[in-house]
Amino acid sequence: MDTFLQLTSSGIAVGILYAVIALGFVIIYKATRVFNFAQGSFVLLGGFVFYSMGAQLGLPVYLAFPATFVAMMAVGWLTERLTMRPLIGQPILAPVMVTLAIIALIQGIVLLLWGSDMFPFAKGSLPTGIWRMGQVAIEQVDVLTLAVGLLFIAILSAFFKYTRPGLAMRVTAEDHTVAQNLGIPVKQVFSRSWMIAGLVGAIGGVFLGGILGGMVYNLDTIALKAVAVVLVGGLESITGVIVAGLIIGLAEAFAGGYLSTYLGGGIQDVAPFVILMVILLIKPYGLFGLVRIERL
Amino acid sequence: MRPSGVFNATYNQDMAIVRTKTQWGMFIGAMVALAVFPLVVSDTYVSWGIWIAYYIIAVLGLNILFGYAGQISIGHIAFVGVGAYVSANLVNHLGFNFFLALPLAGLGAALVGTVFGLPSLRLKGFYLAMATFAAYFIIIYFFNNIDDMTSAWRAWFPQLTGGMMGTFIDRPSIPFTNFVFDTDVKYFYLMAAVTAIMVFFAKNIVRTRVGRAFVAIRDNDIAAEVMGISVYRYKLLAFAIGNFYAGIAGALIGHYIGFLTPEHYQFFEGIWMLGMVVVGGMGYTMGPIFGATVLQLLKFWAVPAVASLAGAYLTFLPDQTLGRVGAASAWMFFALVVILMLIFEPRGIAHRWELFKASYRLHPFSY
Repeated sequence: MDTFLQLTSSGIAVGILYAVIALGFVIIYKATRVFNFAQGSFVLLGGFVFYSMGAQLGLPVYLAFPATFVAMMAVGWLTERLTMRPLIGQPILAPVMVTLAIIALIQGIVLLLWGSDMFPFAKGSLPTGIWRMGQVAIEQVDVLTLAVGLLFIAILSAFFKYTRPGLAMRVTAEDHTVAQNLGIPVKQVFSRSWMIAGLVGAIGGVFLGGILGGMVYNLDTIALKAVAVVLVGGLESITGVIVAGLIIGLAEAFAGGYLSTYLGGGIQDVAPFVILMVILLIKPYGLFGLVRIERL
Repeated sequence: MRPSGVFNATYNQDMAIVRTKTQWGMFIGAMVALAVFPLVVSDTYVSWGIWIAYYIIAVLGLNILFGYAGQISIGHIAFVGVGAYVSANLVNHLGFNFFLALPLAGLGAALVGTVFGLPSLRLKGFYLAMATFAAYFIIIYFFNNIDDMTSAWRAWFPQLTGGMMGTFIDRPSIPFTNFVFDTDVKYFYLMAAVTAIMVFFAKNIVRTRVGRAFVAIRDNDIAAEVMGISVYRYKLLAFAIGNFYAGIAGALIGHYIGFLTPEHYQFFEGIWMLGMVVVGGMGYTMGPIFGATVLQLLKFWAVPAVASLAGAYLTFLPDQTLGRVGAASAWMFFALVVILMLIFEPRGIAHRWELFKASYRLHPFSY
């Protein structure tokens, strides 16, 4: 029972974090119809920028956080401006291929600037303590991740629901031509959604790095597990993303805790993808996704 | 497009790939050049040739799957691994000769590929891309762990992959003789021969009913279904053919390296191959040849050049950073080439080549 609670507590935190990263995919997909494979790389870059701000430049946490956010929003904006904008109107595979290339680009940048070692964040930037409840040890960083993740999702939902730019983004998601005719600056909406994706990358990177105990060079492949979250939840729905995030996070924690002795060490990394395959076979558009009817 | 003054008088002429005397001359010239190449250049270049041939075979398959049938596969490299391990096990445990194991490796990869292509019945576009993405991680997991999982039954179940410890395989030999493909030069001829056969089949598959069905599915799958093409069957067939190529490539390069671990099948290798398809030109048989050659030469030649330039002129950088310049520039070059190609020449080098040929044939006239 203690093991169960232990795994649940870490699974929920990771799950919410996956949901946040998955929101990055969903927002870009909804606004621009591009599936941004580079989201995992934004997470990688975000974490490393935070590491540099804290450990190398020596900024205090309350400055390092906003600085990372601004830097990553700039990265998102630049990505859209330099690579996505020229490809508007191309077959959809072209921008998707570009996002795959951006994975390689960011991989190269990270390798050049930081290298492939493990980089722990500056001391005191994230809580490292543990709360004990009986036999169950709850890591403070998990609780913080959960709180920040839920707060971020709440802010984002409010943004979409109650503000004009949010409304504009929702209209753009509906239909680009209609949005353009209504006087919505569609290109600006694209820009904004990429900036949000950068922001998501910053949050994902900081907390994923925090949970793992530091930044690693292959964090983007870990972050790409959020892809499973997106598709299990369905590409259209924010509720779906949260539910799926929890499912995947818990599945990963339980697989690591209970199955790894029987099925080998890597099972927690592959469990999300097994669930993804099963869901894709049973409900191809995810648990909460819109079923699209196609006609000629 | 035909050169002016050349007419198709017979059906055979109409179907011929190599048509005119000039083309025959160039074809034979190219074959001779390929045969002489390993004899006149140093061993480094021969091994470059072997790697390029490997990428050409694997990317030909990806081109059929992605360029012709429109089914994006991100985990192509995993099927390369399947081919390599199938061949290694057939040779090591069952004592098959390489030349028997090679087609079986292709078939094994095709079988696994078809299984993972099954979701393509209901999925398309990014959902399918994701299914192949998941397939990659599941397959690599099996490479790593299948021996641990079967360790309780080791007496009946041989060690298949060796997990992280890896598996050794020998260089192939010709049956009933003492001839072993032990040097790079000998291996180059093997690779070149297989590559030529695979290019020949790739070129012809896409000219048949099957290839046309693939193109129809890529362009509009609903319209294809209305025309009477069994979309599901042809999608699975595309997965089978594409991954057959991957398996062949994997077996060939596996026997060349002589040692297999899951580390050889990094996720980014799959993206690298997709990049080759895009840079070379989607939906042209020449595409993979251009793409594999250009990107591999970039990796082999430009990357060390950049590293040594950086070492010579950027001495103010710390040593550690300088040591990483080579590896990092490989990633960045690749990304920049793919991004710039997509922005400025989205149809790839092969398209440019077609335009060049057309203008050459029409030369004195503008159209």
